[in-house]
Amino acid sequence: MEITAIYYLVPALIMFCCGVYGFITRKNMIAMLISLELMLNAVDINFAVFNRFLWPGQLEGMFFTLFAIAIAAAETALAIAIIINIFRAAKNIDVRSLNEMKF
Amino acid sequence: MFANILIYFVVIPLLMLAGIALCRNVRQIRAVAVTGSLALIALSVVVLLQYLDLRAAGETAPMLFTDSWTWFEPLHINLAVGVDGISIAMLLLSSIIVFAGSFASWKIDQPKEFFLWLILLSVGVFGFFITVDLFTMFMFYEVALIPMYLLIGVWGSGRKNYSAMKLTLMLMGGSAFLMLGLIGIYYHSNPAGGQLTWNILEIASRAADAEQCIPQGWQMVLFPLTFVGFGVLGAMFPFHTWSPDGHASAPTAVSMLHAGVLMKLGGYGCFRVAIYLMPYAAQELSYIFLILTGISVVYGAFCACVKTDLKYINAYSSVSHCGLVLFAILMLNTTAMTGAIMQMLSHGLMTALFFALIGMIYGRTHTREITKMGGLMQIMPYLSVCYVIAGMASLGLPGLSGFVAEMTIFVGSFQAGMADYLGGEGSLRLVFTIIACCSIVITAVYILRVVGKLLFGPVQDDHHRTLTDATWWERLSTVTLILCVAAIGCFPNFFNNLINTTFSPAIFAVLGM
Amino acid sequence: MDVTVPILILAIPLFMFLLLGLTGMKMSHKLAGTLGTLGMGTVLVLAYVTAFTYFFGGAPEFIDAAGNRLQYLVFDQTWLAFTQNLVIKIGFLLDPISAMMLVVITTISFMVHLYSLGYMRDHHGVYEHGFQRFYAFLSLFSFSMLGLVVAPNIFQMYIFWELVGASSYLLIGFYYRKPSAVSASKKAFIVTRFADLGFLIGILVLSYYTGTFNFTDFTSSAVAGMEGVTQVNIHTAEGILNIFQSSPAPMFMGASVLTWALVLIFMGGMGKSAMLPLHIWLPDAMEGPTPVSALIHAATMVVAGVYLVARLFPLYLMEESALMIITVVGALTALYAAMVACTQVDIKRVLAFSTISQIAFMMVSLGVARMDIHHGLGYMASMFHLFTHAMFKALLFLGAGALIHAIGSNDYTDMHGLRKYMPITHITFLIGCLAIAGIIPFSGFFSKDEILSSCLGNSTIAYVWMSAVAGLTAFYMFRLYYLIFWWKEHKVHEGHHAPHDQPWVMSLPLIILAVISCVAGFIPFGNLVSWNGVPYDFMAHFNWSVAAVSLVVAIAGIALATVMYRKENELPAKFKNAVPALWRWCHHRFYWDELYMFITHRIIFGCICRPLAWFDRHIIDGTMDSFATITNKASDAIKPLQSGQVQMYVWYYLIGALALGGITYICLL
Repeated sequence: MEITAIYYLVPALIMFCCGVYGFITRKNMIAMLISLELMLNAVDINFAVFNRFLWPGQLEGMFFTLFAIAIAAAETALAIAIIINIFRAAKNIDVRSLNEMKF
Repeated sequence: MFANILIYFVVIPLLMLAGIALCRNVRQIRAVAVTGSLALIALSVVVLLQYLDLRAAGETAPMLFTDSWTWFEPLHINLAVGVDGISIAMLLLSSIIVFAGSFASWKIDQPKEFFLWLILLSVGVFGFFITVDLFTMFMFYEVALIPMYLLIGVWGSGRKNYSAMKLTLMLMGGSAFLMLGLIGIYYHSNPAGGQLTWNILEIASRAADAEQCIPQGWQMVLFPLTFVGFGVLGAMFPFHTWSPDGHASAPTAVSMLHAGVLMKLGGYGCFRVAIYLMPYAAQELSYIFLILTGISVVYGAFCACVKTDLKYINAYSSVSHCGLVLFAILMLNTTAMTGAIMQMLSHGLMTALFFALIGMIYGRTHTREITKMGGLMQIMPYLSVCYVIAGMASLGLPGLSGFVAEMTIFVGSFQAGMADYLGGEGSLRLVFTIIACCSIVITAVYILRVVGKLLFGPVQDDHHRTLTDATWWERLSTVTLILCVAAIGCFPNFFNNLINTTFSPAIFAVLGM
Repeated sequence: MDVTVPILILAIPLFMFLLLGLTGMKMSHKLAGTLGTLGMGTVLVLAYVTAFTYFFGGAPEFIDAAGNRLQYLVFDQTWLAFTQNLVIKIGFLLDPISAMMLVVITTISFMVHLYSLGYMRDHHGVYEHGFQRFYAFLSLFSFSMLGLVVAPNIFQMYIFWELVGASSYLLIGFYYRKPSAVSASKKAFIVTRFADLGFLIGILVLSYYTGTFNFTDFTSSAVAGMEGVTQVNIHTAEGILNIFQSSPAPMFMGASVLTWALVLIFMGGMGKSAMLPLHIWLPDAMEGPTPVSALIHAATMVVAGVYLVARLFPLYLMEESALMIITVVGALTALYAAMVACTQVDIKRVLAFSTISQIAFMMVSLGVARMDIHHGLGYMASMFHLFTHAMFKALLFLGAGALIHAIGSNDYTDMHGLRKYMPITHITFLIGCLAIAGIIPFSGFFSKDEILSSCLGNSTIAYVWMSAVAGLTAFYMFRLYYLIFWWKEHKVHEGHHAPHDQPWVMSLPLIILAVISCVAGFIPFGNLVSWNGVPYDFMAHFNWSVAAVSLVVAIAGIALATVMYRKENELPAKFKNAVPALWRWCHHRFYWDELYMFITHRIIFGCICRPLAWFDRHIIDGTMDSFATITNKASDAIKPLQSGQVQMYVWYYLIGALALGGITYICLL
């Protein structure tokens, strides 16, 4: 059985959808952040796969993936810092109840 | 550009703006306001005299002192100016009311800001009356409207935010219609295929020609748009409700300017744009607006009969009187139109006088409810006598301006009505003329009711006994207006001739005038 | 004729008004009063000169070779030109009736000016508050009234008509602190304004068809070509004549437009002359100072309606139906007012109703006048009665003023038996009563007799009716006279506080007017005033039987009054109890005021104004407000879409993206 691109893409798609689903439905900011990471990582997989299968001689996709991982790490650190600060201020990280600054 | 005398009607207020911006204290502000408005009066008189001279010398152009400066070439927008008898009458009126208004707001709070906005408003008013370019006219119209919001919202009384918002929104709603109409006129200004133009004179010169005028089908669309647009400002039923609330909340000078001049913008616009440019549609559609304005006339008067707030009474009376202006314009008859312009002058002066007096009385008694006041004649005889004179002018006492204006309107409308009736074109005009005539009785009812309750009889509130009569600046303001009211009332033929010469252009051939 | 004098006649009162009105507050009372009186005295002299020149000067412009009187336009200045033809001019027309009116107005006005110098101060000589203002208003009134009578065109008449209305308003409301005076003045103005509406529309109709406002054009055209009319000025008659005669004027609701115009114009006259049903303002107008009542509401302004009809008389002659209406209205008013006058307590109100009744006499007289009845005697009789009535009614009012001044009350119940205390007032008042009752040789006899003659010439009903009213007149006037001066002895404080006659400034006008009332009947009035200018010698046509009958009727009325009221007795009470309903209705003036109150307050205010105001505030304004509310609501409704929750946005994004994808997919298929 030859392993084709589809074997990578379908799990990535499932991962992405899980991320989207999680992002939409979870109200806890940490969980939302995790969902966001899921989506990012799904996209990273896609980058790597397409690089490997479509332009095997080049490395742009790989670089991009590494780049995204780095950014995601930074972003996660930042997001968690914000969440912690929100938690300190509001004793809560449920997005439904964080509407004091909305209007 | 500065060789044309008319441009100074805008330049002087702009200079006044600059002057007031530099002023340090209230005395300087007053000095600038008074000097500037005196200069404006002088300027209008000079223009009037020059105009009469030119006419006497046989000048037959529809407008004199015309000039035009390109402003935005791609859309052919020009700053085009020119005046005829009607505009001059309006310019005179405006300058007199700005003068009287400055005196009426002698003791206003935050004088600098107040006068800045007030003068900006008069920039709009004067600009509106001198331009003959539709776009510039619209621009000045908007310039005159916007300061009103701040003037009422900041310096007003009562439910000022509500009133200011209502007034501005309703007038802006009118402007929306108006803008549509004006743009429509622009795009159909030259159906023969020449260059499009915003210039009123150019469009009007073709109005009588069935080939070159605005296409008749379009006229039927554009006429209602422009007429309603201006009609909102002219307090046409059912778009008049901004007027009672707006006037009731506005400070004295703003009420004066608004009722005295701004509402005239509506009548003037209806005449100058709607009727002047689209006579065909005016003839076809006048009956709709005739009914609306005819209703305005009696409706305003009836409503005024039961109001107890002085400003509301006067605002409804303005609805009635301004209704008469639009009503007469729609008669499409020289005499009635002359009457309409005279009524604009007359109503402008007398209602400004009314609002000035109401403001002065309110400033003393701190109430405008006629049920809470009484016997003011014993306490402030000067103001009371002025109030009686204003009332008499309003109910059409001969010798004051209201009478000549109303009579001219009635004679003209009756002629138009009879001509219709005998010509088998229905009796609508005739019937509404007679209904409008009835307003002279209803006017007498509400005026005398107020005069009787407010000025005569025993003193209602003992606290009022200590109040003082008018100060010198209040006297100056009222005397100016009374003199003008009496001047029109005693020498109507001068104004009649001034206005009448305007109706010579061939454009009215299409109306059979 | 030189124009200076006529201009001065109009200009002096106007100038006096402005002078006293603007600077009166700074003047002493005495100076203001004197200035006003002197001004009026000058006008009196000028008017007398003018009238004398007109009647007896014999200049060819006033009288033609055959002795017929002509209309003469002294000056005519354009004031406001509506169209080419319809031009309001301010002018001065001299003809018999305007010259006569000049005399009447200036005489009465001067008397009133003089009289008020005494009347408008209390017993200690302190001037009333607003004394200067009073003289200013009197001058304004005189100016307006003079302008009215000399008007050569109907619009000038309308202008001054309004001005007299306004000055009447100001003078009725002179005691502006009194609520009753304020409401009376308001009522007077509004009722006459309502009538003026008719007048205005009448003018509009008439001027539309004739294309002119000028009286001379109207009247000349109306009589042009009539038999026996020789001398009426005919300028532009033919065109107008065509409108009215050759081509039938269009009909409107069953009557020709001319009839409509004339009836509407007459409506204006009804308002000013207090004809039924527009009479209600006049009794209330007695709230004004008594000299004002004498001047405006007895002698001059209230006869303006009669004068108006007389001015347009040739036109009315063309429309018998209009004259018929005038007759009927006049006859009804005459009887009504006379009946009411029999039951009033306030002496000024009795006189007011008597005025209404007498003016109705004049109206009837015009209404029954025809060319073929004694050569238009009714017209002359009406004018004659106007003249004599002005004199004796002013006399009666000034007498009543003297009584009120002395007693401090308007009701005869506070008077009784005053003849000993106030002999001058008594005698002059008696002369006035005799004159109005129509006893020979006082002036009222002659004028009333001619009215009755012309009534007889027209129809017997009119004659009998008006004779009955004449008898009633004698009755109520003598009832008043006896109740004031006789009845029972006055229980007064003797000595210093006893009622006494007035100072000479008040007595002098009474005496002068009494003398005039005695002799005015012998003026050969027919030679001076007639409807077409042809002198008419009424002594040659004097109908002795009518005179005898009217004398008998008058004496019967007086006799009845003597029996009932000379001494205190039970008869009046008995009479009152015999016909309680009639008495009550008369006493309450047939409830006209209540009816008007109902109409104005309940119907006009309650059913029109209030609902309209409500409609405006709630429906119209509500609609406008609801636009704003709807905008706000719509904004509120879509605001939740911008919740700020990113998850919702992702949902929208996803749904949108899927929808777009779906649409693209469908389109590609």
